[in-house]
Amino acid sequence: MPEKNKNIQFLQGNQACVEAALLSGLKVFAGYPITPSTEILEILAARLPKAGGRFIQMEDEIASMGVILGASIAGCKSMTATSGPGFSLKQELIGYASFCEIPCVIVNVQRGGPSTGLPTCPAQSDVMQARWGTHGDHPAIAFTPSSVQEMFDLTIEAFNASEKYRTPVILLADETVAHMREKVRIRQKDEIKIINRKLPKSHPAGYKPYAVTPENDVPLLANFGTGYRYNITGLYHDETGFPTQDPEKVSALITRLHAKIEDDIEEITFYDEINMEDAEIALISYGSTARSCMEAALSARKEGIKAGCLKLKTIWPFPKAIVAKAVLKCKAVIVCEMNLGQLIGEVMKIDPHKVFGVNIANGKIINPADILDKIKEVCNGL
Amino acid sequence: MAFDFKNYLRLDKMPHIWCSGCGNGIIMQSVLRCIDSLNIDKDDIAMVSGIGCSARVVGYVDFNTLHTAHGRGIPFATGIKLARPDMHVIVLAGDGDIIAIGGNHFIHAARRNIDISVIMFNNSNYGMTSGQSSPLTPYDALTSTAKYGNMERPFDMCELARGAGAVYVARATTYHVRLLDALIKQAITVKGFSFVEVITACPTYFGRYNKFASPVDMLKWQRDSSVNLKQDQIMSPEELKGKFVIGELFKKESEKEYTEVCAAMSKKLQIEGQGHG
Repeated sequence: MPEKNKNIQFLQGNQACVEAALLSGLKVFAGYPITPSTEILEILAARLPKAGGRFIQMEDEIASMGVILGASIAGCKSMTATSGPGFSLKQELIGYASFCEIPCVIVNVQRGGPSTGLPTCPAQSDVMQARWGTHGDHPAIAFTPSSVQEMFDLTIEAFNASEKYRTPVILLADETVAHMREKVRIRQKDEIKIINRKLPKSHPAGYKPYAVTPENDVPLLANFGTGYRYNITGLYHDETGFPTQDPEKVSALITRLHAKIEDDIEEITFYDEINMEDAEIALISYGSTARSCMEAALSARKEGIKAGCLKLKTIWPFPKAIVAKAVLKCKAVIVCEMNLGQLIGEVMKIDPHKVFGVNIANGKIINPADILDKIKEVCNGL
Repeated sequence: MAFDFKNYLRLDKMPHIWCSGCGNGIIMQSVLRCIDSLNIDKDDIAMVSGIGCSARVVGYVDFNTLHTAHGRGIPFATGIKLARPDMHVIVLAGDGDIIAIGGNHFIHAARRNIDISVIMFNNSNYGMTSGQSSPLTPYDALTSTAKYGNMERPFDMCELARGAGAVYVARATTYHVRLLDALIKQAITVKGFSFVEVITACPTYFGRYNKFASPVDMLKWQRDSSVNLKQDQIMSPEELKGKFVIGELFKKESEKEYTEVCAAMSKKLQIEGQGHG
């Protein structure tokens, strides 16, 4: 096989996610069957035991979430995969993971909602749920792949970010990218950077699991069973991990949880700019819709309209600086999403007068022609 | 060295939150005595709870302790046990926590026969939220949500655990402390899913609603309502009305334990993989 074709495979998005998870060091997977993410569960049922890991099919989505958190606390990289209804059920424990600083990866392959909705059809209607689904003032990280290659690449980034920031990371895919098959390059271990959580080196006596320093605002939680006996609770807690209602400590904790992610937003933000150098109209999108945007932008150029694309691979934390650059530079931006308008709200906060939307939520991927029509309509109004 | 419970407590986290006359301290001390007598290293114990008064035990004891969300102690414990099968994983839970909101996890963990010991503090109501009915509130008892008497029947948790596949099932009360020690010790020792129901007192809510004059009266009620296995055999159904059986109710050690089955399967697959590789 020629060198340049090495490790090229033709895979389904969900398969690529599994390959990347195993490469990242996944050791425990817990899940529950749900379309359109079930392939991840099924493939890992075969692969994980062979790789020395543990696979468990749980009695429900909530239990799956509990298992991956318990396993992570005990030192294993862990993951679950679900779709809309299951994502709703997992929310309480996603908040627990965020608040107690337990690394884990949650794959949500979006399908049409609300409720049982359209189980086999794509949608991007869980965007705000990925941000605000669990109660309380928590931070969030969510990545949005638009191809099988990005399912692979962003799964690795999801594990890395979860370990680095000790937080749940959501891989917010959609039915189209999860089920489509295309060429993917399976990067090898020596080609990628794998991040593992930092662990305490201090003596267990006097150990404070949630203590931080100005240089490192992610606490050094020990894995259970390694000689550091401490407490984890979903109540507001102090540096020692015990409940507190002290207003100063309460405020310090929630502020730090946000800061550890917001302060590092450049590191967490992944995006592509396509033909943006001279663009007058910017198409802002993510996930499989970004593919339709690329096609629409090319068609617009053929008709003499200078259109470009900003494809977001990170939507949470919202990459405000990157988006603002496009909004300020262009005459208009069009946010395209398979929902009735979710991420567009964040873009409008930058400048509501320049922002337009293509919002189609009918269970079908957005047709490039619909986006092209909108580009022309917006241009005519400028 | 004689047992000193202070070796196992996080004394700097005292005073505890429990009301006077609460039975939680009795059960907590029994658990600590058992761990001490079994000579298990504190580092090798993960103690997991959900939400409720009894769930707060984990904050006071010096192990790897995890206070999770309501009803979810068993799933977290399952994750720990999958990751670290060498650790002793003990779940402490209230009756509302383990069999109302967490009921599904309870029966499935028993079915899997994963090596977790579940100690249930049955105080007949939701104490933390001030005395509402639980699935173990006796029929006709008064609670803050059963103002005219409970119209529902309670679970028999030991029958449920056995039916679901637990390999060790026992019941005691906070009056029968020596029995309780023996049963919890067995539950921790047995390989597989073990369950001990401990009938305890919540004088502040259940006691007050149901006209128990004092915590002592609640302990006397525990004494007078309990029958041992021998009595259970000879007493008539009429005599047994309103009573509960205490002691070791079921034990079956020959069943395969889940994490051992997982480990064996994984090992087999890895060896086969090497053969083909």
